[in-house]
Amino acid sequence: MLYRENGQFKTSYRGDQQMLPILQDRIFMALLLLFVFIGGPFIFSDYMLLSTIIPFLILSLAALGLNLLVGYCGQISLGHAAFMSVGAYAAYNLALRIPQLNFLVVLILAGLIAALVGLLFGIPSLRIRGLYLAVATLAAQFFMDWTFARVKWFTNYASSGSVSTATIDLFGWQLNSPVRKYLFLAAVVTVFAVLAKNLVRGHMGRAWMAMRDMDVAAEVIGIRPVYAKLTAFAVSSFYVGVAGALWGFVYLGSWEPLAFDINLSLNLLFMIIIGGMGSILGSFFGAFFIVALPILLNHLPGWIGFDMSTAMVSNLEQMIFGSLIIFFLIVEPQGLARLWAIGKEKLRLWPFPH
Amino acid sequence: MKRNINLIILSVALLAGMIAPLATGASAAGFWVEVLLGGLMAGVLYSLVALGFVLIFKASGVFNFAQGAMVLFAALSVARMAERMPLWAAILLAVVIMVALAFIIERLVLRPLVNQDPVVLLMATLGVTFFLNGLGQSVWGSDVYEINLGIAREPIMILQSVFDGGILVNKDDIAATVAAVVLVTLLALFFRKTKTGRALRAVADDHLAAQSIGIPLNRIWVIVWSLAGVVALVAGVIWGAKLGVQFSVSQVALKALPVVILGGFTSIPGAIIGGLIIGVGEKMAEVFLAPIAVHAFNLAGGGIENWFAYVLALVFLLVLPEGLFGEKHIDRV
Amino acid sequence: MQGGRQIGGVVLGMEGISLAFGGVRALQDVSFDVREHEVRAIIGPNGAGKSSMLNVINGVYHPQQGTVTFKGKKRRDVNTHEAAEQGIARTFQNIALFKGMSVLDNIMTGRNLRMKSGLLAQALRLPWAVREELQHREAVEQVIDFLEIQAYRKTPVGRLPYGLQKRVDLARALAMEPTLLLLDEPMAGMNVEEKQDMCRFILDVNDQFGTTIVLIEHDMGVVMDISDRVVVLDYGRKIGDGTPGEVRGNQAVIDAYLGVSH
Repeated sequence: MLYRENGQFKTSYRGDQQMLPILQDRIFMALLLLFVFIGGPFIFSDYMLLSTIIPFLILSLAALGLNLLVGYCGQISLGHAAFMSVGAYAAYNLALRIPQLNFLVVLILAGLIAALVGLLFGIPSLRIRGLYLAVATLAAQFFMDWTFARVKWFTNYASSGSVSTATIDLFGWQLNSPVRKYLFLAAVVTVFAVLAKNLVRGHMGRAWMAMRDMDVAAEVIGIRPVYAKLTAFAVSSFYVGVAGALWGFVYLGSWEPLAFDINLSLNLLFMIIIGGMGSILGSFFGAFFIVALPILLNHLPGWIGFDMSTAMVSNLEQMIFGSLIIFFLIVEPQGLARLWAIGKEKLRLWPFPH
Repeated sequence: MKRNINLIILSVALLAGMIAPLATGASAAGFWVEVLLGGLMAGVLYSLVALGFVLIFKASGVFNFAQGAMVLFAALSVARMAERMPLWAAILLAVVIMVALAFIIERLVLRPLVNQDPVVLLMATLGVTFFLNGLGQSVWGSDVYEINLGIAREPIMILQSVFDGGILVNKDDIAATVAAVVLVTLLALFFRKTKTGRALRAVADDHLAAQSIGIPLNRIWVIVWSLAGVVALVAGVIWGAKLGVQFSVSQVALKALPVVILGGFTSIPGAIIGGLIIGVGEKMAEVFLAPIAVHAFNLAGGGIENWFAYVLALVFLLVLPEGLFGEKHIDRV
Repeated sequence: MQGGRQIGGVVLGMEGISLAFGGVRALQDVSFDVREHEVRAIIGPNGAGKSSMLNVINGVYHPQQGTVTFKGKKRRDVNTHEAAEQGIARTFQNIALFKGMSVLDNIMTGRNLRMKSGLLAQALRLPWAVREELQHREAVEQVIDFLEIQAYRKTPVGRLPYGLQKRVDLARALAMEPTLLLLDEPMAGMNVEEKQDMCRFILDVNDQFGTTIVLIEHDMGVVMDISDRVVVLDYGRKIGDGTPGEVRGNQAVIDAYLGVSH
């Protein structure tokens, strides 16, 4: 009864093309944004921000990037954390060697560099697909792992191989508290999410989805596979590169090359499987899930009242992740996002049964 | 035609790369042979893991990302159970466990996903990987464990007359090779001579046709996964005896993926040859190429072997996508 | 049957087309032409090479021998993208629709060739990108009106019944505003009513837009009714070429369909 479109007629195509055509959705989004930007800083404790919200925001961005490539364009990538590391190290080197650059510029440039590298490693997708492409993307993962560990220039000849970053300064506003970091990230993620949504609704997004669904037919219609695949890799790597830079600078502060290893790649993949492939919202759901589950598992035994070693918790985590992947693939391949959509459909009828 | 040319170019390049250290005199002959043998031995281990992949892919078109995890799980089971019973009993029990695992995986994972995209199945096996790793470590523990096969650890010296100083060869490597050869021979005989083997080959060729002549697909898949489990067990025992049973085993097993790329996803001889090429290539690259690279580019250490296999696979994918022995696919509209 | 339009000169010419896959010879030395604004049917028993012929026309298959002349330009190897750019559109026997998208989005992909706004413009929804999107939305809505599928705009195509999916397939091809439309068994699997509707649509397309149509069809009634000229293939060879009346009386054609061994 609350969630009905009655009376909301669209009298122009422009009206129909809105991102949120239903009024209730628009209200919900406005409330959400209000909550995030105005309520959030007061409601979330520093601990919550640092342990959950901040990594969630950055990983959402990375998951979004991966989703563009895998969920929308149908190109599998098992080594996407490699592009996060490219973004992180690019940002590090830019900030180090050209200190006059504003951090926002550093971020964009790091993203562009990651996009370039992503483009390069995307070239195999022009000739191979599916499982074969998956193995090729592993080459990206392990090669970048090695590059940042061995080519000393990237880590500025640090003997330990790890790098650290200074506090970010944005036009005089320093990101020296969790709340400031949170607000900055929330803003960045919101902007990037809107941009992504616009992309997937336009002809580029349709070209990607056509490639995903039936690439032979797409070609017959006149979609260029090369252009579609390479732009998917480039845009996806851009997002993921920016996420990597943010991960290093805002969340970790300092990191070694192993911070972006294959486990992170697989986690990103899980985020979009569980959250929903081919869905912007799904990327957020998935990221939240992956971040929240370990924390939940850590605290649950305490709440219920028995002890579990950290090793046991991490094992349980793995087992739960594994089973959930399989569960979602069988039961709801479109992930939590689909469940959310089904929920909204039910809401349209509520409180009536049909 | 184009494929044959590419094949020749690749083979020549690989051979040249292998012989280079010897030909340029950069390495003593004896040392080169040692590195070669070491590479071959490592290759045998990769081949064993890859064998499991190929078995499953051939019969069900599923790319079993979890093969490495199965190797680890099998090895862990044997290692831990052998602490309480004779080794042969532990191995037998482990076989039972792997067969049970095959049943469960077929029932819970494969059957519900039977008609899906191969990428979906790949991701499902990714889920199985995580699950198995978590399960294995919670049931058997996460320390490093030993498997004692009763083979002496000291290397032996051979061919002292041919090469100056002789060549060091590990006894357990020899045992591993022997085991691998036996396994492959048994499998080959099984496929060619037995009824079940024939059924498996039929299923690998064409699911629908096989079903229409009455071959029970589900049972075949259980058999195949069990076989793959046994192969994983052999690989796990050998590997575990050599390196100790630890989590890194399942990571290293990831490297078997490039092996099947090289050899072709559906070819057993391909898995062997691919494994040997990867093993030798890696070792040679690490021992001979890495020092040059470190010196030339001022690198912080070698580690080329971490990515060599994958980059080689990438090259193969671009030049010879179906691998050395695989089948070509034609896309019809 | 077809009134009000003039059949023009030759717009598509196939000369000596031979196509083989390994040992299988799909087409052997097939030559025929298609005139502008006409409806040309390709018929023949199963396996005669009809779909292969269509695939050669729009570049999915490359013949080993022979040339295709389209709008005066001779070529043998053209890729599908170029064919699309030159104005050739087609539908598929097995409905190659994009299952993950709605009807509207599927048809909009037909306009992709003409949409030129860049990545950044789309992401930022700059005015000219928005305008382009709306412009093409207009064009697509006209196709939707034409094929009477307004009610299903936002439905995911996977959920539509077979007959409607075929109509969306046609809509997507029409959205490309093609000069030459290749239809691969557009009426397969339809009941009598659906076939009548589809016939009407095809004739309307030919009538109103002047699109040249080449179609593969098994229903002889339909073929005889709507086509101007017919080509008959059997085992990859052309065994008949002419108006429906001429072809109907051709002994070789009758033999081929009755399965007389030769």
